[in-house]
Formats: sequence, C-alpha cells, structure tokens
Amino acid sequence: MSDKSSTLFDKVWDAHVIRKIEDGPDVFFIDRHFIHEVTSPVAFLGLESRGINVVFPEHTFATADHNTPTINQHLPVEDPLSANQLQALEKNSAKYGISHWGLNNPKNGIVHVVGPENGITLPGMTIVCGDSHTSTHGAFGAIAFGIGTSEVEMVLSSQCIMQPKPKKMRITINGKLGKAVVAKDVPLYILSQISASGATGYFIEFAGEVFENMSMEGRMTVCNLSIEMGARGGMIAPDETTFNYLKGREKSPKGDAWDKALSYWKTLKTDADAIFDLELNFDASEIEPQITYGTNPGLGIGITKNIPLSTAVKDGGASYKKSLEYMGFAENEKIIGKKVDYVFLGSCTNGRIEDFRAFASIVKGRKKADNITAWLVPGSHIVESQIKEEGILDILNAAGFSLRQPGCSACLAMNDDKIPAGKYAVSTSNRNFEGRQGPGARTLLASPLVAAVAAVTGVVTDPRELL
Amino acid sequence: MAYDKFTVLKSSAVPLPIENVDTDQIIPARFLKATKREGFGDNLFRDWRYNNDETPKKDFILNNPIYSGKILVGEKNFGSGSSREHAAWAIYDYGFRAVVSSFFADIFKGNALNIGILPVTVTPDFLEKIFNAIEADPKVELEINLPDQIITILSTGAKESFVINGYKKHNMINGFDDIDYLQAMKEEIKTFASKSIY
Repeated sequence: MSDKSSTLFDKVWDAHVIRKIEDGPDVFFIDRHFIHEVTSPVAFLGLESRGINVVFPEHTFATADHNTPTINQHLPVEDPLSANQLQALEKNSAKYGISHWGLNNPKNGIVHVVGPENGITLPGMTIVCGDSHTSTHGAFGAIAFGIGTSEVEMVLSSQCIMQPKPKKMRITINGKLGKAVVAKDVPLYILSQISASGATGYFIEFAGEVFENMSMEGRMTVCNLSIEMGARGGMIAPDETTFNYLKGREKSPKGDAWDKALSYWKTLKTDADAIFDLELNFDASEIEPQITYGTNPGLGIGITKNIPLSTAVKDGGASYKKSLEYMGFAENEKIIGKKVDYVFLGSCTNGRIEDFRAFASIVKGRKKADNITAWLVPGSHIVESQIKEEGILDILNAAGFSLRQPGCSACLAMNDDKIPAGKYAVSTSNRNFEGRQGPGARTLLASPLVAAVAAVTGVVTDPRELL
Repeated sequence: MAYDKFTVLKSSAVPLPIENVDTDQIIPARFLKATKREGFGDNLFRDWRYNNDETPKKDFILNNPIYSGKILVGEKNFGSGSSREHAAWAIYDYGFRAVVSSFFADIFKGNALNIGILPVTVTPDFLEKIFNAIEADPKVELEINLPDQIITILSTGAKESFVINGYKKHNMINGFDDIDYLQAMKEEIKTFASKSIY
C-alpha cells in the first residue's frame, strides 16, 4: 500500500497484483471465481489436454443458469445440447472438487444473484466469471468483471489472470430521485448520456447521494449495467447498508472473523484527494423513468420523450437508422402508447426480491392486459421463496400472472423462453441487441415499474400515472 | 489453447462498416451450447448471414463473393456486450486472423488476443481510408506487420502504426499463451494466496 491518496479501485486492485510485467499486464490474483454451464466446458477441456489441475477448488463456485428451463425443472432437460452442458458442469465440478448448485438445488439460481445472497461476494474481493454481468458484484465494493473462457482456464489452473489495469472514472450523482424513478433508471439514464461505449477502457466508481441511499439490490442493478457503458466494471464503496446486508449470510465471516473483516472493509473508500482519469456528474432531478427504443442500451430516453432525430444523436448515422428499422420505430415518434406484446421481469439485472415487490406494487388490484404474455422469472430459489413468503405470489396470481422457475431465461433466450420475431417486449434485463431475446425479437429495456405498467395497460405507459 | 503464430499478415479484407457490433450478432446465444471448441465459424453472424429458412441473405457482406480474406474490418466499438469467447472462436474458425477497428470493446479485445486473433486499433481517419480503398477495389490487400506494429494499405501505400503491449506482442509472434506463463509462477501464487484474508 502506498501513502499516496488512492481510489477505492486502486486499493482493491493493488492489493491483488502479484507481479507487474513491464510493458505488459499485471498478474492479478482472484479471490472468487463463479462458473456456469456455457462458458466453462472448453476451459475444463483445456486443463485436461494440458494435464493440469484446479489449483484452489474452494475458491470456485458453480451454478447452472444460462440455458436451464424455467418450467418443469423437476423433469429431465429436453434439449439434448443444454442437458449435455448441464451434465458437463456437474461432472467437471465433481471431478475437481468444486461446489456445484445444479438444477433443483435449493441454492440454485442466476450466478450474480446467488453469489451475493449467500455471502460468497464480499467487499474488497476480486471476483470473475465467464459472464460480462459479473460487474454486478461491484455493488459490494469488490472488483468484479467478466472474462473469456481462456481466462476461466487461467483462473482454474492458477487463480490468476493477466490484466492491464483499466483507467478510472467516477460518476457522481447527487440529489433525490423523483417519483417512480428507481435504481434501473439511473444507469439507463447514464447510458443515454454517455452511450454504450462511453466508459470503454475504464473502471467506474459510482458515488454520491443517489447510490448512498440505494439498497444493495439497487446497487447491484447499477453495477450490473456498468458493462453496458463499455466499462469493465463498476463499484460502490461499502457502507452500513452493505454490512447489514452481509451480516449473517451463509458464507459471510462469523464472530472474530466478521469483526476483523469489518474493520478492513471500513477502509475501502476513495481518499478525499484521490484523482480519477475522468469524472462525470449528473443531477438526480434530471432522471425520469427510462426506456430504450433502439438496439443498444445507450439508445434510451425519458419515457415522456420522443424518439430522437438522427441529427440529435451522437451516433446518428447508418447504424442508428438500421437500429430504428429493426425496432419498427421512426424518428420523432412518441414511445408512450406503443403496443407491447411481452413483459419479462427477471435476469441478473432485475431478478431480486425488491424487483418483484416493485412489480407487485403496481399490479396489485389490477389485471394483466389481454394482449400481454408475461414471464416473471425469479433470480434464484431463495428469491422465489421470499416471493411466496411475503404474499407477493398471491398478488401476482390475483392479477392474472404466474411465476416461472429461476434462471437467465428470456434475457438471452438460450432456453425455450424466446420472444417471437417482430414482437415487442418490455424487459427488465440488460440488453436490447438485435435477436438477443430471440431471433427478430424487439426489446425495450426498462425498470420493473415500467414493465408492470406495460403488463397491466398493454402499452408503454408512464408509471407515474399508475402510482 | 495453441494457435498459429502471427508475424506479418498480407491479405485482402472483408468490410463490415457497422458500429457497435455486439457479440450477440457475432454469435447468437442459441449457438453457444457446444462443450467443445469446434465449428463456430458456421454460425458467425448467423442472423445477419442467413434467412429463417437457412438460405443466405444476399446483401450480407460474407455472402458476397467479391469480398474475401483473413482480415475483418469493423466499425467503432466492435465486440461489445457479452464476454462469450465463442465470438472470437467463430471469427477465428471462419478464417479471420485479424480484426481492424477504430476501437474495440475491452473483453472482446482480450479474448481475441488470448486465442490468436490480432485486434488492430487504427484512427477513425485511417479506418475510413481502408473502407474507401476496399470500395475502390475489393481485392486490395492490407499488410499487418506485428513486429513493426504497422498496418499498410498496399494499393495506396497509406500506413499507420498501432499499439500493442510488448508482452502480448511477444506471445502472438511466438504462439505462446498466458497459461504457460502462469504455470511457471505457481509457487509465487501459492505464497501470495496463503496471505489472503479470503
């Protein structure tokens, strides 16, 4: 540790560098490694072909989520290719002594939901997974980011990866969020201001009153979407909210170990005079409920606004026109009132208990619109249990909704949960890329509140009208 | 995983002048179900390349026989989105050895370097020169010289230097990968791990 003022990011990064290679990357130690069925099999094959072992199996955790079905999970998985990947994960985990939460395990769920809720994710850690939304774990003051399969193999075999240190950016938002403006709207707003590549090459620290006042669920939603800004990841300094969330979780430290960890975690904040490569500031009062209209997450607007003219968009060239054409939208149209066919509540972005509470707060006493097909997918079995225990399931059922079983589901549509070609989905997930939710599917990203109002009105609606 | 050594690549190039090409376009999620690294090239740009009935889309660049070569030239923010290394595998398996753009998404760039695809970052001006040169003559060759870190449009002689860190350059030229390096550090890593509070 140096005496110089440093950022939260510097403190955690520098504590994990084993060796600095001149004119090259840092050899970077990884505290926690999550694996899933899709990006790990080839890494295990690599280990086998090299004849090397998993060096610290107790630091890797496996869960099945990406291509699991979200109905009838008690039955054998029908798709032979998906079943094969799930079996490979189970077999590889058993072979190398890695903890594995497969389908039907009560701890199973989306990797970025189960890590935090079981206390595996802790402040000050370095965390990687072969999934770009690993940035989610940054909500705890960890450095967390997605890696490729070659790097999964590196972590399995050496607990390290080779990484050049990214530049540092701080995004500060002070003030109070308005009515019906929730955590999801904040990163969607930032994206609309800086574009889907505005933070490429940087690691973000989110700071200011808006993030300080957020729950851990909200902070996870924010950090989750930092990758959509092009950043490798995003993080938020741990505070009492973080510590209260972690205390008593299954794998959180206990007793003396807790006290010792806590005193370290309290040092994890950016020093007052630390320098960032880039600082951005926004005002909370400028943020409306957001929705996207294009085919990257940077193409979003406040819900009462019109779709921008190509001349008003930074990247308003041929790619912008292609994007609107795919969506079936025109410049300068209103987004309010657009017909919706599907609503998806779930994913590592918005599949947590708070998201279901928000959705239920709108649909309570109302009815699902007839033109809407709704897929409500909890992020884990633990979230599913909470939904039942808190009476949320009864509210959903009374309004004509049902609950599916945990998994990534329609966020990336690897399983059967595909939005049909040409249909419009208001989705609480993270990507509106062409075909992301199924070939030809048209995605409008939004918060659980905006998803809920669409589900009961059948069209894009301002949630402030129903609250 | 072993890959071909990269020194000087001289080839015609395939132009893809679209911004923000994300890895879901490079390889859609439904083609990620293999447990082996084979055959991903068949599904490279699947939904831009084929109609629903599996017939090729005539206006997509990979289906146009006048364009070919081992270099893919993309627009800015190439490879954004998912961390799936399958995207890099699909590009490699199809036969590309280098991708040129004015900037790459971070994870894609790392994945490409790890499997032996050279990501070459050029200025927006030079990128436009490349697109213009290919438009004038689809058979125009580019030369990517990794030891000298120079990319040249052979028809016009226009050239530009590009940046790559010395460690990765050495690896690409020799076909080495990071795992060899890390295996040689095992004792140092174990000592470090023994002091970790986690």
